Amino acid sequence: MDHRQHHLESIRGGISLLLSPLHYLVNLPVQIGEWAGETLATREALQEENTRLRSEHLSINARLQRLAALEEENARLRALLKSAPKVAEKLLIAELLSVDFDPFTRQVMVNKGSSHGLYEGQPLLDAHGIMGQLVHLSPVNATAMLITDPSHAIPVQFNRSGLRAVALGTGAAERLEIPHIPNNADIQVGDLLVASGLGGRFPAGYPVARVIHFEPDPTQPYAEVVAEPSAHLERSREVLMVWPVGWEEEAEQ
Amino acid sequence: MRNEPRHGAWVIAMSVAIALMLTMLPLPEWAEHARPEWVTLVVIYWVMALPQRIGVGVAWLCGLLLDVVRGAVLGQHALALTVVAFITLKLHLRLRVYPLWQQGAVVLMLVALEQMLVLWVKGFLGLSPEGWYYWLPALVSALLWPWLYLILRDLRRHFRVK
Repeated sequence: MDHRQHHLESIRGGISLLLSPLHYLVNLPVQIGEWAGETLATREALQEENTRLRSEHLSINARLQRLAALEEENARLRALLKSAPKVAEKLLIAELLSVDFDPFTRQVMVNKGSSHGLYEGQPLLDAHGIMGQLVHLSPVNATAMLITDPSHAIPVQFNRSGLRAVALGTGAAERLEIPHIPNNADIQVGDLLVASGLGGRFPAGYPVARVIHFEPDPTQPYAEVVAEPSAHLERSREVLMVWPVGWEEEAEQ
Repeated sequence: MRNEPRHGAWVIAMSVAIALMLTMLPLPEWAEHARPEWVTLVVIYWVMALPQRIGVGVAWLCGLLLDVVRGAVLGQHALALTVVAFITLKLHLRLRVYPLWQQGAVVLMLVALEQMLVLWVKGFLGLSPEGWYYWLPALVSALLWPWLYLILRDLRRHFRVK
């Protein structure tokens, strides 16, 4: 019942709310460690970091200016073509809690929940790419399935050749498999995979993974393609929750 | 039985809460697969020590909490813990007089049975994990049992949980 039809999600949400003090208690040492690390950092280290962040901020801002101009131009061109302009996506920053799940699955917990407007199936990003999607919600926290979970699949597109495929999680930390790729496909090691947006769950265009292994095998119908997730799945502490265009319909389903 | 005051429900609740916290405590990658089944061990202990109080129902409840903590399908650990509690209930008189290492052997069997039931449910759902290290928690749990037993027994005596 729970697996196929999700009738028990509200019960799970309730229990999860009940257990949330325990989650925060487990997370506390890590938080204290971070706080202590920041408080006890030397003045020079902080200054150094500050300078670095400032220069980073400057360069990103400069790029953003160009992006704004491009977006404007894109909207104008789309208006000329009489097609609907792409609406900007809504974002929210959340933090990961350091709690572990079943070691044979890949799940993480974030410190925002349905009371912050999150919904089931919502995509989760970090600074480098797509991380996964939310599977269970409680009012104060939410559980997300990473793209490396063995039961997860994400529709992708090869950025260089435009070939569409599906990337499957393997349960290993830094490994995705792309099945059903013909032997003569135009793929090179290092190719970037981006979300294709098919299926409507993930926003199109965000990086997902990079091909690290491509082996055409003439004795098999399909080639072996392995990719490494772009997002820092095991290291990121802060994540971005995205409301892609048209999420209202998605949330209602 | 009715006249006896029921002491220290909070000790039992605390021990289960701590077991749940240990279950979700982040471990390094290499130790992840060797995490003992803390909740199962605590439930076995309390069923063995206080069979008139802690039974199949409490075990089921603990299993449900464990399902949520591990992000599993609701009910898979609940089912497994219920069966484990039932067997412990049947054996509790014998278990109490066993020496510690023999208790450990029974615990090995019980935890392996629990994992077997969980594996069964996972198999139904097509999520069956691979590798021999799926069974590692049973072994680690059995090795930890004597210490856990002594700690919980002292706690029980100290707070006069009946």
